[in-house]
Amino acid sequence: MIRRDFWSVAFAVAWRVLHNVFTTPSLFLPGMIFPLFFFTAFAGGLSRVDNIPGFNFPNGYTAFQFVFVLLQSAAFGGVFTGFGIARDFEYGFARRLLLAAPRRSGIVAGYALAAAGRWAVTATILTIVALAVGMQVGGSGIDLVALYGLALIVNLAGTLWASGIAMRLRTVQAGPIMQLPVFLTLFFAPVYVPLALLNGWLHSVASVNPATSFLEAGRSLISGSTDHVSLAFPLAIALAIGLSVWAWRGLRSAERAAL
Amino acid sequence: MSALAQVGYVARRSIVRTSRQPANIIFPFVFPTALLAVTSAGLSPATRIPGFPSKSFLAFFLAFPFIQGALFATMNAGTDLARDIQSGFLNRLALTPLRGGALIVGQLGGIAVLAFVQNCYYLTVGLIAGVRLESGIVGGIVLIILATGVAIAFGALGAFFALRTGSGEAVQGLFPLLFVGLFLSSMNLPRNLIEQDWFRTVATFNPISYLIEGLRSLIITGWNWEALGLAFGFAALLAGAAMVLANWALQLRLTRT
Amino acid sequence: MAQAHGIEAEGLVRTFKGDITAVDGIDLSVEPGEIYGFLGPNGAGKSTTVHMLTTLLPPTSGTGRVAGFDIVKEGPKVRSAIGAALQEAALDNLLTGREHLRLQCALHGISRAERKVRAQELLERVGLTLAADRKVGGYSGGMKRRLDLALALAHRPTILFLDEPTTGLDVQSRSALWGEVARLAREDGVTVFLTTQYLEEADALADRVGIIDHGHIVAEGTPAELKAQIGRPTVEAIPADGATPEAVSRIMEQFGEPTGGSAKGVAVRLEHGVQDLAGIVRALDAEGIKLENLALHAPSLDDVFLAKTGRSLEGAAEEEEAEVEA
Repeated sequence: MIRRDFWSVAFAVAWRVLHNVFTTPSLFLPGMIFPLFFFTAFAGGLSRVDNIPGFNFPNGYTAFQFVFVLLQSAAFGGVFTGFGIARDFEYGFARRLLLAAPRRSGIVAGYALAAAGRWAVTATILTIVALAVGMQVGGSGIDLVALYGLALIVNLAGTLWASGIAMRLRTVQAGPIMQLPVFLTLFFAPVYVPLALLNGWLHSVASVNPATSFLEAGRSLISGSTDHVSLAFPLAIALAIGLSVWAWRGLRSAERAAL
Repeated sequence: MSALAQVGYVARRSIVRTSRQPANIIFPFVFPTALLAVTSAGLSPATRIPGFPSKSFLAFFLAFPFIQGALFATMNAGTDLARDIQSGFLNRLALTPLRGGALIVGQLGGIAVLAFVQNCYYLTVGLIAGVRLESGIVGGIVLIILATGVAIAFGALGAFFALRTGSGEAVQGLFPLLFVGLFLSSMNLPRNLIEQDWFRTVATFNPISYLIEGLRSLIITGWNWEALGLAFGFAALLAGAAMVLANWALQLRLTRT
Repeated sequence: MAQAHGIEAEGLVRTFKGDITAVDGIDLSVEPGEIYGFLGPNGAGKSTTVHMLTTLLPPTSGTGRVAGFDIVKEGPKVRSAIGAALQEAALDNLLTGREHLRLQCALHGISRAERKVRAQELLERVGLTLAADRKVGGYSGGMKRRLDLALALAHRPTILFLDEPTTGLDVQSRSALWGEVARLAREDGVTVFLTTQYLEEADALADRVGIIDHGHIVAEGTPAELKAQIGRPTVEAIPADGATPEAVSRIMEQFGEPTGGSAKGVAVRLEHGVQDLAGIVRALDAEGIKLENLALHAPSLDDVFLAKTGRSLEGAAEEEEAEVEA
């Protein structure tokens, strides 16, 4: 049974991060503006792509790209939280948390809660903008809840990955190490066209990339189907579990160094 | 000491500093290469859109890393100069006979050398991946010259921002704006194939579109004098304006008598 | 090495936006070969004065001549004659110590062959030969300051400006820097303009001291002259158990007028100075009075600052910080 002090630590850490983020434009705006920008650039600039023979997505290119941008914002929302963790370690604040918290695993949970909170705001704004520009939604309420649920798990995975790096390296210089694998994982997937239209090495890589199943499941859900969902959710949960071990071991590494 | 010698010393220092910051080397090489690979592979079906000007999306998209590399040049020039301002090193230089103009030109000289190396790398990657330049070897040389000129122009912009703000964070904040400028262009599709009217309008008014199209013309078309003229023209305009602004900002910053 | 010209300033004023007057009419004159200490709390205008005299900031009004050249009209000539180690160490963390020196020498037009020799000579002089080829990012604070001094001397200036050169240094590094500054003035005849907020630094190094507060000089002279201006030394005697303070007072008052001391002690300001101390000891001994402590307090530069401004130098520093925070 998880003790109360785990949650008290988690909520305290989450409150601090969210308070800092939402009161500091330079922290808040990039995480919000970049997804909107990518959505605009991809859905707006590449809409002709759905004219490619064989492109059969029923709900239009806007919805097709919305799913990618939603998952991208979720993953990078976790990475941005990792930057904050690295900064906390580099400037000494994390030591204060480690000394004060009765249950240190609550610290990581707190960062994860904060990441989810930040992403919730981004996802809301992104959804409003997408609907305002006429995105067609074929899925039911349950489908959409599942879509956002999947994105939330991706957000958690991104946070755990980045926090593991941050706690091991404990410097903001680790930013590119957090970002690059996430970026490559997302982009080695059917970003612009469905998997069936890819060829060559990218098709081979995308076929085994877990991000592909998340994307395809998300696109199915937004168009009212459940294809790929039975693979995507277990995969996402397994990824999150694996990365929580990674993050936990990162915490241990930080403890050994800090105290 | 002559101005040229001063430029040489400052340029040398700029190169040495960049070479000692691994992130400044890895990022401009790895990131654009990765984006080139994934985007050209991911959008390769786009060549089947009626009217698409090339059978190879890689050839079409190869202009992108040159421009993205130029953006990294902006950041490098700007953050290095901002660091000099914040640490007081600029004051140290101000107490020597170093001319103000030599400081900027020297900084950009260092950027030019690095951009030249980057651009040769991008072109080599493209050639190894199977791209053939329609403009031939001479076109390849013109491509490197144009791309290096673009990097110098963006580097001058970064220097202006650094001198005006004195802050590395402000210079870093410039990167998303330039990145947006890069995406809201004819980077991914030719302008005539952009479906959304507003996007096509923005791309038409965006000078970065012409820089990309000039570089691209050397790769997929051959000798398109209009595209080249526009690209060189915009690069020269940007470089000239940015140098004037940077010099002005330097006069404000360096209040020495 | 004798020089003809030192530093002269007349009515130097510098104001900033928002009607902030950082320097409010500075007149000073520094003789060639002299070490001039510019003492004052944070925010008094020391660094602004240095920036004007080193041509980095034009004065709002007033004139100045450094090494015989006008600081406004002949900026490049001034810069060729001076070296400056300013408040920030102003180093490039990515360059080595040797690379810094070579760049500095190159920019001052020193030939390639001479650069090498000069760099090595300066590295030896400031004790950085072992660290010369390490990047400055790995240097300690003291090492950075020493490199800063070496860079200021690269082109053999006749006048050296040091802006709070020992702030943040440990005692050993500070002593080493003092030694080098004193040697430069004594052996090489370099004129040194040194700003500091440390009393002991001004006392130890400076031939003459100018005390600045709120942008103008409130006192100027040799340390001894300044201290003598505000008075004679005081002596305080703390009686041991069994000795009455009244008995001690009766004897002490023969040597000077009573003055404030600690709660347990009796203090007088000596009429004839330090030479009265022996008399006090003999008189107390003759009466069989035992003391717990006998202390002589000579006036300090802080006492001078207190007399001239109504507050102590340390208190002034805390006040400035509070103003800044507010």
